[in-house]
Formats: sequence, structure tokens, C-alpha cells
Amino acid sequence: MKKARLVVIGNGMAGVRALEELLKLAPDLYDITVFGAEPHGNYNRILLSPVLAGEMTIKDIMLNDVDWYAQNGITLHLDKKVTQIDRVRRKVIAADGTEAAYDRLLLATGSNPVMLPVPGGDLPGVVAYRDIKDTDEMIEAASHYRHAVVIGGGLLGLEAANGLRLRGMDVTVVHLMPWLMERQLDRAAAGLLQQSLEAKGLKFLLEKQTEQIIGTSMLPPLQGEGWGGDGFGAVDLPHPHRTHPHPNLPPEGEGTIAPPPSRGRLGGGWVDSLPHEREGARSSRVTSIRFKDGTEIPADLVVMAVGIRPNTGLAEAAGLHCSRGVVVDDTMQTYDPRIYAVGECASHRGIAYGLVAPLFEQARVCANHLAQLGISRYTGSVTSTKLKVTGIDLFSAGDFMGGEGSEEIVLSDSFRGVYKKLVVKDDKIVGGVLYGDTADGSWYFQLLRDGQNIRELRDRLMSGQSHLGNSGHQGRSNAASMPDDMEVCGCNGVCKGTIVKAIKEKGLFTLEEVRKHTKASSSCGSCTGLVEQILASTVGGAYQPADAGRKPLCGCTDYTHEEIRKAIIERKLKSIPEAMSFFEWRNVDGCAFCRPALNYYLLCAWPHDYRDDPQSRFINERAHANIQKDGTYSVVPRIYGGVTTPAQLRRIAEVAEKYAIPALRCTGGQRINLLGVKKENLPKVWADLDMPSGYAYGKSIRTVKTCVGSEWCRFGVQDSTNMGIALERALDRMWAPHKVKLAVSGCPRNCAEATIKDIGIVGVESGWEIYVAGNGGIKAEVALFLVKAKSAEEVMEYAGAFIQLYREEARYLDRTVHWVQRAGMGYVKQRIVEDSAGRKALYERLKDALRDEKDPWRERAHGFEAQEFAPVRFNRNNIQGGSHERVDEGVPA
Amino acid sequence: MSEWMRVCPLEEIPKLGSRVVQTGNGDIAVFRNGADAIFALRDQCPHKGGPLSQGIVSDRKVTCPLHGWAVQLDSGEAVAPDCGCTNRYRARVDKGEVYINLSEPK
Ligand SMILES: Cc1cc2nc3c(=O)[nH]c(=O)nc-3n(C[C@H](O)[C@H](O)[C@H](O)COP(=O)(O)OP(=O)(O)OC[C@H]3O[C@@H](n4cnc5c(N)ncnc54)[C@H](O)[C@@H]3O)c2cc1C
Ligand code: HEM
Ligand code: SF4
Ligand code: FES
Repeated sequence: MKKARLVVIGNGMAGVRALEELLKLAPDLYDITVFGAEPHGNYNRILLSPVLAGEMTIKDIMLNDVDWYAQNGITLHLDKKVTQIDRVRRKVIAADGTEAAYDRLLLATGSNPVMLPVPGGDLPGVVAYRDIKDTDEMIEAASHYRHAVVIGGGLLGLEAANGLRLRGMDVTVVHLMPWLMERQLDRAAAGLLQQSLEAKGLKFLLEKQTEQIIGTSMLPPLQGEGWGGDGFGAVDLPHPHRTHPHPNLPPEGEGTIAPPPSRGRLGGGWVDSLPHEREGARSSRVTSIRFKDGTEIPADLVVMAVGIRPNTGLAEAAGLHCSRGVVVDDTMQTYDPRIYAVGECASHRGIAYGLVAPLFEQARVCANHLAQLGISRYTGSVTSTKLKVTGIDLFSAGDFMGGEGSEEIVLSDSFRGVYKKLVVKDDKIVGGVLYGDTADGSWYFQLLRDGQNIRELRDRLMSGQSHLGNSGHQGRSNAASMPDDMEVCGCNGVCKGTIVKAIKEKGLFTLEEVRKHTKASSSCGSCTGLVEQILASTVGGAYQPADAGRKPLCGCTDYTHEEIRKAIIERKLKSIPEAMSFFEWRNVDGCAFCRPALNYYLLCAWPHDYRDDPQSRFINERAHANIQKDGTYSVVPRIYGGVTTPAQLRRIAEVAEKYAIPALRCTGGQRINLLGVKKENLPKVWADLDMPSGYAYGKSIRTVKTCVGSEWCRFGVQDSTNMGIALERALDRMWAPHKVKLAVSGCPRNCAEATIKDIGIVGVESGWEIYVAGNGGIKAEVALFLVKAKSAEEVMEYAGAFIQLYREEARYLDRTVHWVQRAGMGYVKQRIVEDSAGRKALYERLKDALRDEKDPWRERAHGFEAQEFAPVRFNRNNIQGGSHERVDEGVPA
Repeated sequence: MSEWMRVCPLEEIPKLGSRVVQTGNGDIAVFRNGADAIFALRDQCPHKGGPLSQGIVSDRKVTCPLHGWAVQLDSGEAVAPDCGCTNRYRARVDKGEVYINLSEPK
């Protein structure tokens, strides 16, 4: 059967991304033809800024070279502009007469830069900043001429100005508005930005309206019209009479969330510019530029960065419905069902996006439908803005101006050059501007997009998420100004330069990709904020943090943790293969992330029916010991509440000697660690120790740390030791989404450091205070007060119920703090404190789940899973001698 | 030269699991996947020598327990974007017994 034909018009970032996604899903479905008006393969347009700045070359920014098309059997027509779509005969026709017939057509024609219709606008030396040709022209001009004028103080204009300055030109930025980037910044932040750009040698003329561009031979001016400067991300060509930007104006045709200007909206009824020839035929060249106020400055190069306009001419001529973009539905289909559109040329729910991240999302959805899967929808994006290349950390999102009904939280530290403003409305963040320190940009953005209630976070908001007790990167929080050789990821020893290089050379756009390629942020995660900033400062707004609200379990499925847990219970799925086939897992056997997660979810749902799958556990949990870097294991027996006996200590000492265990040390959880045990010796060590497993290796209960308490301590008001022992016994052998640590202190001096534990209990005169969701690791988090209990029994019930709720509702690998931050302390209090029947039921479920868990060491000391611990031995001579038989020393006893 | 050496009965290697074979020349990891295919690799991750035998097996890959590299069971090569390779040996099942051939790495 003949394959269906897919034709793509526009060989840019969105169109080719759609093809890549399509090839992943259905590599053989179509005969594909691509038309590109530019004479290049697909390149990373956003990196034209570093190219202009001299940091990269065109070669570095190619995403798909010509070979890629050939390898994928794609017919590529470069340097051929399509001039007509014949929807009746279903073919497209290019300027040179090339034709291609289609069954499906994809429009990805991007945008055109807007050129001001001022006299002289077509002189040689007047350019836009959109493609390789423009960039080359600017680089060329920089080597011959001195004076550059950039019209437009938006993102694009500033990046252009910065690049030209770095190439040695004398650069003036002309901007119509009273401050720079008025669509993304408030006046204060813009002022700071202007200062530091001035320090880099840029000049600014604000509130200047261009009247005329003057060349060696000039015609008299035709008309004067005011145009606001702007850049990519947002085009709203200003009205001539508009004097002040008005970010709060709700754009028409929108749902409930009024999209702020920085959503990358191309909109606002503008008057089309006069017909304009970008390649002026005259031989004269621009020499100066004159403003409405009569002043004039010299200019050998004029860059117009005043906005972009969706490139819809072709679609309109073909009779497709357009309204500031080719109108598409949630499947990226236009009014002609055979024709799809993605990228800057498409208008979705009234918005044409001008940033890469939403376009990639569109591409993914479109590919899904082209592949005839039909299960994906694009529902719009909230975007945020970052400035790249200039070495300045800047972040902006949402409604950053505030106004009626909203309040502002502002931090301004002129000494450090830091300015932060968050706009809060009804206890929710609706916008913000960060300057100089953007480490928390992603966090704020997440709170904004998820519409999270921030009442409880409020007093901590400004100090930010990454500033509180974070370790591993010297407290740095300003990525753009970091030197290249500075270490970002302490865990994996990755420097900033390595990350930037990988992002640029490998064309990375997401945190996941950076993690994969560089390992940065892939271990403890404390540097995630920094890595995100580096991404942002390298690729700009193309980076958007992943949506926390809907997180697929892993790459093997599109279903979320929550959906999967629900179905496991409702559909009575009781094994990993059953769950995988029910959800049509993409990869055979899943992966090293989802298998342990599924194993835990099944175990939690069916504590008595589910048969634990050791092959779906990380090695530590399979071997019930911690693997060390030399491949040996450590053994930490349980010592309830840290209280031991001479007999116990003697046994530990004897075992250590008998098996020549090289190191013994006290753990941070007040018990003893036997380090350097060979795997094959583990069952014997356990048998001789005859102590329960301490679960120091698992996503499980770890220890309950205690202080001495009222029995001995002169300050003690409660018996913390026995409270701790009772808790540790009750929770013994409990698996959880992640490790669970408790501590009990006998008085508020809190010697057991209970307030950085998953559950911390602090004795007071009249009972016990219970704190939850603390964390003492990579990122210190102080536990939050849950409730006060009067008796030990009440402590058990509250603690047990809290843990069971965590076990049932957290995502695998969430610590309690991550889960509580997402679910909200209000919710936790409601379930645990207010709903007493619910609390009792939770506690009962926990007790029931733990009722028949066996001690894993005891089982294995008696021969369970013996093959896990028993290697097969070959004799060396035997191998060299070439015998067919092995010398089988058998399974060690 | 065929130097097939018997390792153990197939059922002594769990599905999606492995068995370590100690030789005079270091450890070999023998894997069994969900489809009962058998693979043998040097038990050393191409990254920092982690024991691949202790990793999680899925399909034709094993994920190293130390830093999470994925290594292809049938070639010994790390899965992109990581890059590196560990020795791979021939392995087969005959009448329910697992054999490996260490004569030359493939
Ligand atoms: C200097 C610069 C810096 C930027 N920085 C950022 C940033 O930091 N972050 C960010 O998110 N975004 C940034 N952007 C914006 C981003 O590059 C665009 O949003 C993105 O490239 C749009 O993708 P697209 O596929 O819709 O359009 P394009 O990438 O423009 O691709 C459209 C292609 O179609 C071709 N074409 C048009 N009409 C026809 C026709 N009739 N026949 C054949 N071919 C045709 C065009 O020549 C073009 O190659 C930047 C843009 C520029 C110019
Ligand atoms: C694979 C990696 C890790 C291993 C093998 C490991 C192992 C251990 C062990 C054996 C103990 C002694 C605890 C006990 O007696 O039960 C311990 C304590 C501790 N670990 Fe880890 N750990 C690891 C990762 C982490 C991480 C990622 C964090 C931070 C999030 C962390 C934070 C702590 C803290 C704070 C203690 C002290 C506990 C206390 O005082 O109660 N560990 N760890
Ligand atoms: S917390 Fe209070 S009771 Fe416990 S050891 Fe410290 S001072 Fe004593
Ligand atoms: S040693 Fe295997 S991933 Fe590092």
C-alpha cells in the first residue's frame, strides 16, 4: 500500500520538532516532504544570540543537519519558499515551481519580524534579527562600522545590543517606553537592568520615537508613527496614542486566568506595517537616525527589534481561517482537517506563542494526532521570561505589576544588586519579577502555575526555597554570573562550563535532558535550582520547568502516580505485569524507576496478597544491606531507641572479629554499622548477630532517635526513650515511599533534634508536641507543628495515622516534606487532626499492614533467597585448560 | 575452541535477575531477562566499575546500582547518552542448564 504523504511548510524549530516526535511514534507512516525558505537545515534559533555575541558559531547551533533528513527518508527542499497551497488538488507549490502533493499538511511558518514603516526603513544597513542571514549581516557590519542603533528595548533588542557591543560596536538602544522590557519588568527591576547594561557599555535612549532613518540619499518623511520596542515572547504592537504599558488589561478571548503579557502573546490589534522590502535596492547606506523630538544620532547599522507577526500570508491566501495566527483547536488542527499548524504561526485559544517551550508542547500533541493515536490535547501554556547571554539573572512571569486587589511582597537589596517582587492575590502568587538572584524563579513559577495557596509559606517566600539550609554548592544562587569552572553539582562534580557546553552542543532544552547528559542534579537534587537557572540563562524562555501537577510515573507511561495507584486498588491489580499490561506500559519490563515504584504501590495496596518482587527492588533492598562503593555491604542491626546491652555489644564484637569486618562505626541514627561485609557472608553474619534488621538500607522506617529523657536527665519532663522504643517497635519492618526517620526528645531542649525529622516528638510538661515533614538531609527543612498529644497512646495514633496517609498518598521517592508541601499542611491537619474517625482508620490500616511482615534477615539467615547471596565459582585452571566442566563448589551453606 | 562452562540450572537465576560467577579473572554477571534470554557481561560497569549484577534488569538492559547507567545486555555498551563498554561473553541455555563461554569476549 502506498504511504500517506505528509508535507511540512517551514523548516524551523516547531515543524521539525513535530517531525521528530512523529518519527518516534510512527516512523513508517508517511512519506515526508519538507519545504524551508532558508538555505539551512533546522537550527536552534534562540542560540542566534550567543552566535551574535561571538560565543558560538552557526555550526554549533544546527539541530538537524541535512544528513538527518536523508537518514529519515525525508525529502528536503531547502531555499524553496512555498507560495501557494492548493487545497482542492491537495498540493503545495514553491516559488521555483516545485510541487508536492499531500494527504496531511503541516504549517510551521513561524513569524516575520515587524519593520517600522518609517522613511528610510528599507535602506541597506537596516536589519531585523530573526535568522542566520540577519545575524551574518550584523556580524559583518560590526567588523566594518562603528555605530549601531537597536530599536526596541525588549528581550530580543537587548540580546542584539549586547551581542553587537561584545563585537566592539558603539551601541544605543532606542526604546519608546519609559523603561526597558516593560512587558516583563516593573520600573525598579528595569532600572537595575539598565544600570548593569550601561556598566557593560550600552547606551539607552528611552521615550524616544523614531521619525526617520537617514541614509546618503533620502526622501522626505512620509509620516511619523510611534512603535514600542519589543522582542520575542510578546508582540503587541503599540497604538500610536498609547503612552503607558498596561499589563493588567485582560486580553480578550481568554478563559478564567487572565494571561499576563509575558505569556508570549502575539496580539492586540495592530495596524499592519506598510509594504516593505527588506532588501533595499539602493546602494546608499544608513548614516543616522532621527527622532520625533528633533534629535539625531549617527547609525551605521539599525536593528529593528520591535516585534514579530505570525506568518500567515500563505494560509490566508488558501482561505484558512486566521486571526492573529492560523487558528487551531486543541489537537493543532486548522479549519481544514487535513491541515495542521504548530509554532509561532498558530493561534491557539486566541494566543500565538513566541517562545520555544509551548511550541514544543504543540509539536508533541500534533505528532500524536498525525500518528493517528489521537489521545493528546494541547490546552495552552503559561510561560515565563528569562534574559540570556548578557550574564544577568533575570526572571519574570505572570502579572508582575500588581494593582487593585493584589499585594506585593518586595525585597530590594541594592548592595547585592538583588530585587525581588512577588504579586499576591487571594493567597496565590499571580506574578513576579526577580533580578540578580533567580534561584527561586522555578519555584515561584510552579506555585503560580499550580495556583497553590501560599498562606502558610508566606513568611518564608522571600528567603526562597533554595536558600534555606541547602548544602552542596557553597550557597551560590546566581547562575549567570558564576564562573565556568565553578562546581554546580557537588554530588557528581559537574562544573557550570560542562553544563553550558552540553546544553549548547547537544541542543538540550529540559532539566531531564541535562540530567541525562551531564549527571548534574541527578543525584541529591540540591543543585536543581542552579541547573535550571543555567538552562534558563543559556536557552532563555525555551526552558520551562515541568508541570508538577501532572507528573507521569516515568518515561514508560503517560499515567500519573495517582492514576496508577487508584487503578491498582479499583481494578484489583495485584502484580507488576498486571499493572503494566493494564496501563499499556511502553517498555517491556518497565525501567529501574517504575518497577520499584510499582512494587511499592502494590505492596501498600495489598499488604497481605501481594508477593514482593525482589527483582524490582534496588539492590540495597534486595540484599537487605547497603552496597558500598567497593561492592561490599554494610550491616546495621536494629537497636530500639538506641538502647543496647552488654550482651548485644558482645555479640556484635564477636561477629566483627569472626568475619574480619574491617570497620565498625556509630551511625547518625544511634546504632552500630558493620562495614565492608562480603555479600556472600551476609546471611551468616545475620544468623550470628541474631538481631533484627535495622532497615538502614531501605525506603522504609529507619530509626527513632531518642534522647535520654526524664528517666535520667535533670531537665527531662517526658520519658522520651521509652516513647521512642514504642514507636520504633510499632513501625518496625515498614516500607514507605521513601525513608522515614523519627526522633523523640524529652523536653524542648530537643537534644534528639526532632524538628528535622519526618516525625518529631517533643515532650512538654503537659504531654507531647508532634511535628511532621522535617528533613535533615541535603536540604534542611524544619518540621511543622501538627498537634499536641496528651498521652503516649495518642502519640502513637497521630504518628501512625500520619505515616499511613503518607504511605497511601505520597509519590514513590517523595520524602514526607515533598508530599506535605504539595498536599498542604491544611489538608494533612484536616485528615489527621480534625477527622478523628479517619485518623483511627488510618492507624488501623497501618497496624494491619505490618501485622505479618517478617524480619528479612531472619528469613535469609534461614536460607530464603539463597541464590541472591551465593556466587558460582569457576576455577581458574579450569578455564584456561579448556575443560567443559566447571568446578562446582556448590552453594555455600 | 569451544569452552562452554556450565553455570547452574536456569531456575537458579531469577527472571529479571542475575547470578555472579567468580572466576580467576574477575566476576562475570549472568543475567536472565523476562523472556528467559541469558546474557553474560563482565561484572563491571563502564562508568566506575559498579557491580552490574546487582542492578535492575529490564528487557535487554541492566541499570547499574551505583549511578544509574543503563548497559545493554546484548552488547555490553552503555545506553546513550552515556558512553562506554564492558566485556560481553557468549551464553546459552541447553536442557535447562545455563552455559557461558569465556574463551574470548565478543
Ligand atoms: C535572536 C532570537 C533569540 C530568541 N531567543 C529565544 C529564547 O531565549 N527563548 C525562547 O523561548 N525563544 C526565543 N526566540 C524565539 C524562538 O526562536 C521562536 O519562538 C521559535 O524559533 C519559533 O519556531 P517556529 O518553528 O514557529 O518558527 P521558526 O523557527 O521561525 O521557523 C519557521 C521557518 O519556516 C520558514 N518559512 C516561513 N514561510 C515559509 C514558506 N512559505 N515556505 C517555506 N518555508 C517557510 C522560515 O524561513 C523559517 O525557517 C528567539 C528568537 C530569536 C530570533
Ligand atoms: C544511598 C545513599 C545513602 C545511604 C547508603 C545512607 C546510609 C545511611 C545510614 C546507614 C545511616 C545511619 C542511619 C541509621 O542508623 O539508620 C544514615 C543516616 C543518615 N542519613 Fe543517610 N544514606 C544515604 C543517603 C542519604 C541522603 C540522600 C540523605 C539526605 C537526604 C541522608 C541523610 C541522612 C541523615 C540526616 C542521617 C542521620 C540520621 C539521624 O541522625 O537520625 N542520607 N544514612
Ligand atoms: S531533650 Fe531535654 S530531656 Fe532530652 S536529653 Fe535534652 S535536655 Fe534532657
Ligand atoms: S559505576 Fe555504574 S553507573 Fe557509576
